[in-house]
Amino acid sequence: MKTTRVLAATTTVAAAFAMSGCVANNPTSGAQAITVASTADACDVSADTATSGNVSFNVTNAGDTVTEFYVLADDGLRIVGEVENIAPAASRALTIQAQPGNYFTVCKPGMVGDGVGKTPFTVTGQEIAVDQDEAAQTATAVTNYTAYVKTQVGELVTNVKKFTDAYVAGDDDEARKLFPLARVSYERIEPTAEQFGDLDPKIDYRKPGAEAEGLEFTGFHRIEMDLWYGEAVKNYPNEDIEQLTDAGRKKVADQLNTDIQALYDKVHSADFALTLADITNGAIGLLDEVAAPDGKLPGEEDEFSHTDLYDFYANVEGADVAYESVRDIAIAKGAEGKTLVAELDKQFKAMKEALAKYGNYTDGFVSYDTVSQEQRNALGAQLNALSEPLSQLTHTVLGVEQAE
Amino acid sequence: MPNEPERTGKETGGVSRRGFLGLVGAGAAAAAAGGAGYGIGAARAQAASGAKTVHPFYGTHQAGITTEVQQHLYFASLDLTDSTTRDDLIELLKAWTDASARLTHGQQVTAEGAVGGGPLKPPDDTGEALGLGPAALTITFGFGPSLFTGELGKRLSIADRKPDALADLPLFAFDILEDELSGGDLCIQACAEDPQVAVHAIRNLTRLAFGKAMIRWAQLGYGKTSATSKKQATPRNLFGFKDGTANIMANETADLEAWVWTDADSQPAWFAGGTYLVVRKILMTIESWDRAQLGEQEQIIGRDKFEGAPLSGGEEFTDPDFGAVEADGAFAIPADSHVRLAHPDNNGGVRILRRGFNFVEGNNNLGQLTAGLFFIAFQKDPQQFIDVQRSLKSDALNEYIRHVGSAVFAVPPGVREGGYIGQGLFE
Repeated sequence: MKTTRVLAATTTVAAAFAMSGCVANNPTSGAQAITVASTADACDVSADTATSGNVSFNVTNAGDTVTEFYVLADDGLRIVGEVENIAPAASRALTIQAQPGNYFTVCKPGMVGDGVGKTPFTVTGQEIAVDQDEAAQTATAVTNYTAYVKTQVGELVTNVKKFTDAYVAGDDDEARKLFPLARVSYERIEPTAEQFGDLDPKIDYRKPGAEAEGLEFTGFHRIEMDLWYGEAVKNYPNEDIEQLTDAGRKKVADQLNTDIQALYDKVHSADFALTLADITNGAIGLLDEVAAPDGKLPGEEDEFSHTDLYDFYANVEGADVAYESVRDIAIAKGAEGKTLVAELDKQFKAMKEALAKYGNYTDGFVSYDTVSQEQRNALGAQLNALSEPLSQLTHTVLGVEQAE
Repeated sequence: MPNEPERTGKETGGVSRRGFLGLVGAGAAAAAAGGAGYGIGAARAQAASGAKTVHPFYGTHQAGITTEVQQHLYFASLDLTDSTTRDDLIELLKAWTDASARLTHGQQVTAEGAVGGGPLKPPDDTGEALGLGPAALTITFGFGPSLFTGELGKRLSIADRKPDALADLPLFAFDILEDELSGGDLCIQACAEDPQVAVHAIRNLTRLAFGKAMIRWAQLGYGKTSATSKKQATPRNLFGFKDGTANIMANETADLEAWVWTDADSQPAWFAGGTYLVVRKILMTIESWDRAQLGEQEQIIGRDKFEGAPLSGGEEFTDPDFGAVEADGAFAIPADSHVRLAHPDNNGGVRILRRGFNFVEGNNNLGQLTAGLFFIAFQKDPQQFIDVQRSLKSDALNEYIRHVGSAVFAVPPGVREGGYIGQGLFE
């Protein structure tokens, strides 16, 4: 039984890759062909609609740096299909099995940052039968989620640079505004970053954590402490906390950029691989981050800036993307899986709605110290309602094989 | 407590009485009989019987009211979450009923339990009560006034089903209530001979409630402060006095009907055979009390500290003689003593069934013990408690206590197998 399954997986992985387009050069016959021109500042897609079924994108790199092309789900985060590493003047194709719905197309010249030319893309028509082959679904999920992690780290590189530039330049108002936003991509994929044991402590340790382990206090929260100096003095009244000099600022900013770059290099290295369990357990881990005693719910994560709600939302988004990546697999597991999916769909929606009462990335979230204990309790209750079914996901997705 | 071994020695004789009351399963009777045969210390026999004692969950009334008071309590007050619908609440009550029936038999919360679900899944049961036995666990549920009133009552379509007398208690003298320790939409009282069994029950029931209800406040109690059976030695509270001497005992059937269970024809109909639960978290100023002279302590309580006899003379269960006067003309039982003010004789005959527990929550930042009495009382009408509590306005004991938490719940009648707790409320 097990041998058969493994063999089946080996043969279908190639098919899945073709499906998600990573190595595809020949569009599936009968697919609708759409052309994409990626330049330094544009991502021209020849159509913004398609009919459900196989949809192919012929991507030409008309710019002068290596580029990537993504089709994103309606959350703008989850990757439905992508092609990367397209050299200048080269063309590559991406074919996706598209269900009716709303998507985005985006190019990423230089392979870092938020991407350019993000445009809505609509798929109309009938729902198509999804590939029920488990191995194919697994390969697709892992491929797309891995691409998502790389994308998020790519965005992190540029957003952290923008943030630290403002900080080093002494533009403190701007830096304070950018601080929570620069962290969003990190918070979405934190369990992956934590796989690289030495990086997370440097990038995201809180002051007590760093000191307890005898590490130099660096990273996001070191800068946070400097930018919200008044709060730092208040939080640690018995310590002699000094504001950093220009040289001190530059040192800690450079260190953070170096560490983020190291993270980027690691997730883009050839041997970076995630498993299905990494995805499902990562989703659970993200919510545990929120509820932890030094996490977002108690307001300890961002103890100086009180921007915890940005992190909270990003953790939930990250968990949602991971969940969505394996959702079809859970459904394919039968009644138990369908029940779990229905519950998780409901609870993710409710969690996001509960958080949306306090703001969003664009307009900002309210300072967490203005959120009353009663309101925090309500957020905590919803977090429990989401975390409890989510903790079943690994079993539902992997349980059958593991039980052998 | 020099008389303790003698009282426990009566334990084997008590089994048939418990059997008579229909509160003990066959397993417990067998265990008690076996324990008696070993001829080991009476205390050991009692512990063994406690571990195996089963109080069935199903019955005419809920268990945990007249049930012989166990040594440990974990009490939780919960609020429904904003999105909880009527169907959600019914689903929760069904899940709680099934789980409680299992837990009170010493089983795990589901058949799959702590280790039967495979390695990739968080276990259904949290596992810390494995091997501890039923430990005489009882689980008792109640509904707070806020469940029926306001937006929530409308949303659940039960606003017209509120028991008439279910309302927040009035404010009493010396109350310094804290909102975070008061009220709640639902409550669960778990009592057991083993604290871990009681906490395990609340922990797993809370887990079943995630998404529908969340804990508002909870209380751990570690030593009973009243008895509901004459074969239980009257326990002592943290002031060192026997507490609950005049409590309603489980075999006082007529008084239970008169003072505890709501009448068969009471309104609303679903609440017949139920009762009202009043909880009060009472802080005791331990250090001040410990500096009070013995004579003063006894004058405040109105009883002798060692025997628990009323100051008018006799033994513990001798009726107090409130007319008795000393040579100097003063009442033997002082006018402002706790016993005089709380006694049924001075409250129009009103009785309540008490099931309080001691609590100690360590010491505060001034080094003082954070401790006291978690008072629990059951009565047919909350007015019984209100009247007695008002009588206590001039209680000399008030100098040494403060009420910081308060709640009242309607405890629905018991449930038959196949039904669920509070079912009548929704039908």
